[in-house]
Amino acid sequence: MIPLTSSSARQFLGIGGLFVGLNSLTTTLCAARIGDITETVWQAQALRFLTLADPSVRFAVLGTVLLGIVCGLLGGFLVVRRMSLVGDALSHAVLPGVALGFLWNMEKDPVAIFIGATVAGLLGTGLVHLITRTTRLKEDAALGMILAGFFGAGLCLMSMFQRLPTGNKTGIDKFLFGQASAIGAEDIRLMTVVTVLVLGLICVGYKEFLLVSFDPGFSKVCALPTRWLQHGLMLLLTFSVVIALQAVGAVLVSAMLITPAATAYLLTDRMHRMLIYGTLIGMLSGVTGAFLSFLGTHLPTGPFMVLSASGFFVVAFFFAPNRGVIPRWWMARSQRIRIVRENTLKAVYQILENEEFRRESVSLRELAERRRLTFDEVFREVRSLISVNFATAVDDSVALTPSGWQRAASIVRNHRLWELYLTHAVQMAPDHVHDDAEKIEHVLGEDAVRQLERRLEFADRDPHGRPIPAVQAIHGHPNGSREKRVTGYGKSS
Amino acid sequence: MDLSDRSSSLTTAPIGEESPLEVHDLTVAYRKKPVLWGVDLRAPAGKLIGILGPNGAGKSTLIKACMGLLPASAGWVKVFGKPINQSLLRVGYVPQRESVDWDFPVNVMDVVLMGRYGKLGLFRRPTAADRSCARDCLERVKMLPFADRQISNLSGGQQQRVFLARALAQESDLYFMDEPFAGVDAATETAIIELLHELRHQGKTLFVVHHDLPTARNYFDWLLLLNMRVVAFGPTEHVFTYDLLQKTYGGRLTILSEVAEAVRVKEA
Repeated sequence: MIPLTSSSARQFLGIGGLFVGLNSLTTTLCAARIGDITETVWQAQALRFLTLADPSVRFAVLGTVLLGIVCGLLGGFLVVRRMSLVGDALSHAVLPGVALGFLWNMEKDPVAIFIGATVAGLLGTGLVHLITRTTRLKEDAALGMILAGFFGAGLCLMSMFQRLPTGNKTGIDKFLFGQASAIGAEDIRLMTVVTVLVLGLICVGYKEFLLVSFDPGFSKVCALPTRWLQHGLMLLLTFSVVIALQAVGAVLVSAMLITPAATAYLLTDRMHRMLIYGTLIGMLSGVTGAFLSFLGTHLPTGPFMVLSASGFFVVAFFFAPNRGVIPRWWMARSQRIRIVRENTLKAVYQILENEEFRRESVSLRELAERRRLTFDEVFREVRSLISVNFATAVDDSVALTPSGWQRAASIVRNHRLWELYLTHAVQMAPDHVHDDAEKIEHVLGEDAVRQLERRLEFADRDPHGRPIPAVQAIHGHPNGSREKRVTGYGKSS
Repeated sequence: MDLSDRSSSLTTAPIGEESPLEVHDLTVAYRKKPVLWGVDLRAPAGKLIGILGPNGAGKSTLIKACMGLLPASAGWVKVFGKPINQSLLRVGYVPQRESVDWDFPVNVMDVVLMGRYGKLGLFRRPTAADRSCARDCLERVKMLPFADRQISNLSGGQQQRVFLARALAQESDLYFMDEPFAGVDAATETAIIELLHELRHQGKTLFVVHHDLPTARNYFDWLLLLNMRVVAFGPTEHVFTYDLLQKTYGGRLTILSEVAEAVRVKEA
């Protein structure tokens, strides 16, 4: 598939590294499923996964859960501090350290790799810091350079080691794209240590990390060891990247850091909840990814974990309460429907008002004229009123129910109060206030109406001289008692 | 009276009493380019002090350097007679509103509680007493009904009052405020200045970076005129003069006419 035979190209170290990198992509994609099981019936595979019978399954699940926790937690701080790219740069910068960790004793020793990767990661972030402080370059340029530079160096080192006699069997290339099945007991031990460390420090120092992230200047004035806290957070982040490397791979680690935390950011307004949600989503993504990749043959774990996390993000994007696309659309729709209903009610009220409430019902034709709509449109509006029990209809005459009457009167009241307020308090001309009131009448709350009443000294006529329905009329019964109360205001001029 | 003369400014606080803020020959540089030159100050206690100066005069730089947020290339700062890092807990700070991300997932109460963090000490959680203190502070800036609001759902003036409440929660003796009136409506400005006067009556010393010349004369007891160095520092009635303001603001025409107007009103 991929040309690897050109010897002149392979002599070039950098290009050789790239080729080996691409080569390992194909091998990883083929080999990166959990365990060496040959069954392909997915039900049987699912059962094996869910019963956790295999030790390799247990390790893989435990490993992905642990890294989901750590990444979700620390990713939360990255997202709110707008440092998401730092996670990306860090995950690439650790690669040369991984390779050098291998060189230590030419085998996969988790501790040596951990130390090498941590040192490389810290060196990378240190260099970013140095570049931004000593040159005119901004952080994004420095991150981009360090990311690619360290990644390139890592690829070169790895390609060199793979050509060594023992290099091929080490599985060093798995660090590029991850392989959950390669997680062993040693790795789990290291992951557990890091997870406990991260969880413990974030719990103990939550208050400090929160303030340092929100307002570092203020944290210094509060005599918090701001610099140490920031460095500490970076160190924990480096640890988390290193332990995630094996399951997800250097290329996709940043997705595990950012996506669960970004999803949690859509769900809540409080930092502690965001961290908890991010942790849970990270864990779920880990397990789901491991499970999905286990179902078929030749399915890689890391990409499935990232895809699961992205799936959770898509769900949150559409369905997050209050902020999701669907709830927002639903709220806008309900409001639209409510406004149309209220306008219809108002039209009925006004038709009846013009005849001093001598009648109880209006015909559809009158309503259509008043609303300037077609007969069909008005018919639909009336049906919508009937569906919420605001009106009843006999043949083509429409009468309001008590609750419909109440709502109609309060909308008219809102409208006229607002008009009066605009002419009185804002000194607008009476012929300028109608359009504004048409919008405000639907959104005035109970409190605002009470305030308006007080400011307008409980006036009973709008700027055009029409009566403002009184509170009694709003709460009154439409039959008999309503007529008595409302007609008490006399004929409108 | 020209108070930029060092010997006179050094004697402005009563001898024998620890000055809330004493600055000696403070020089601050960004990338080797000095933005503050040889600042000498000795602030009297219990005064509301306005820091005035044109853009780039180093007003924010001065208060940041006083709190140790920026490194000084020369000179020293003493707060209540001690180096700044030994008396930080007696210092309160209201940063510029733009200095933080208002989309941060915290609510108003969370932010005000942050004012307690210094006194709480490392790794200790806020107690019920801290919460009730934070509530009192919110009440004093009339923001208690907003305690559960996410901070991005606030107006500029409300955000500024949240920062003030946080500073109140610090219960400090010396306050630094970086443009607390920026982007604030007139009603909030009045409320804030009343609060500052109240704090001054409690014997606290307040340094307030301020932009508006005409109001400065009414708001502050003392003024610090700054333009990369101290032009003048003293009681407002001595410092708010045409000559000194002209010296501070240089040849900027619009500012100068503003100054002329302000001085004319004062002398009328």
